Amino acid sequence: MGGSSAAATSRANNVSCAANVTMDLPHQGYRPTKPRARAAPPTADSILFDDTSSVAPAMNNQGYYTPGYNMAGPSNDMQGGAVPNNMFADPMANAAMVYGSSLANQGKDMVNKEISRFMSVNKLKYFFAVDTKYVLKKLMILMFPYTHQDWEVRYHRDTPLTPRQDVNAPDLYIPTMAFITYILLAGMALGIQKRFSPEVLGLCASTALVWVIIEVLVMLLSLYLLTVHSDLSTFDLIAYSGYKYVGMIFTVLCGLLFGSDGYYVALAWSSCALMFFIVRSLKMKILPSLSSDSIGTGSSAKPQFRLYITVATAVFQPVVIYWLTSHLVR
Amino acid sequence: MAFTLYSLIQTAILCINAIAVLHEERFLIGFGVDQGVGGFGDDPGVKAQVLTLIRSVRTVMRVPLIIVNSACIVLLLLFG
Repeated sequence: MGGSSAAATSRANNVSCAANVTMDLPHQGYRPTKPRARAAPPTADSILFDDTSSVAPAMNNQGYYTPGYNMAGPSNDMQGGAVPNNMFADPMANAAMVYGSSLANQGKDMVNKEISRFMSVNKLKYFFAVDTKYVLKKLMILMFPYTHQDWEVRYHRDTPLTPRQDVNAPDLYIPTMAFITYILLAGMALGIQKRFSPEVLGLCASTALVWVIIEVLVMLLSLYLLTVHSDLSTFDLIAYSGYKYVGMIFTVLCGLLFGSDGYYVALAWSSCALMFFIVRSLKMKILPSLSSDSIGTGSSAKPQFRLYITVATAVFQPVVIYWLTSHLVR
Repeated sequence: MAFTLYSLIQTAILCINAIAVLHEERFLIGFGVDQGVGGFGDDPGVKAQVLTLIRSVRTVMRVPLIIVNSACIVLLLLFG
């Protein structure tokens, strides 16, 4: 009850904030209710996620412990220091809560610092900046890529555009969700065949993960050995290699619904679609310097090898799809 | 093939051990004789890249490999 009224009040606050900003357009009947209307042009330090922390301090006098703590979390996040929420009559509990939240902040800062030594969190955030429209269009392209015309990834002053603004940009949201859905589907398929046990689920998950890791490592190794100077980072390769899970889910579903024939038809369809998608996407990234490379000394082997890499990646996808799904659909 | 993450770690450790114990003079003589050529310019070629990779793996992973191998030996002795 407290939670839903807090959500409704925050939505009302968002609406009033957005209305304050767009006061100069009174003739538009459409009132933007999303705070995204404020944060329209993304800069290099782009606002990838909506900032709802400005409405948090209004929720302090709820009298409930849990929603107040959740609302205080983002405000602590944004303001950098703990705003003491004096919710209890007992001063000891107040002091304990302030101390606890400052400890949590320190722990969070330390974890962030350690993680950002290994991988840059901003780069990871770029891959998760998606919205519904992008996800739907991307799934359509993955299943039916033959009508998509423009495969170039668009740039904005040397940084690639986020997936929200460019449908060709790779993202990590779809592969992650597809991976988890695949594991759940595998569990369900095995349960239908009465071969389910919890260990099998973990085995399936780790097998799929290991195949992705192997594929990414082989791709990185081959790109390094053939000195292909492309701007494919590790996350890009993980993203492109994770798109096959969408095909796998489609194949397993058809196999479960329509039997063995449906499985093979869906396997053929998703293999062709995925191969086309991978070749068209990687062609832009791996083979761009064919026309601009005027140094022709001994590089007659190079364009061939780049083509081999692209084709090998494409051919590898149906093999893995068949390998990982055939035992689920007998 | 049912892989587990543990088998991936085992494979990685075995491969890196293989690279570390490789005797360059005996086995790489017929492979890439032009180790002296710096490979400047933008096309070092596959063989030079492989040699560079092998050399850099040996240099970087020498000490961590000692630690990891010792840990593996202890764990395998204790837990089979």
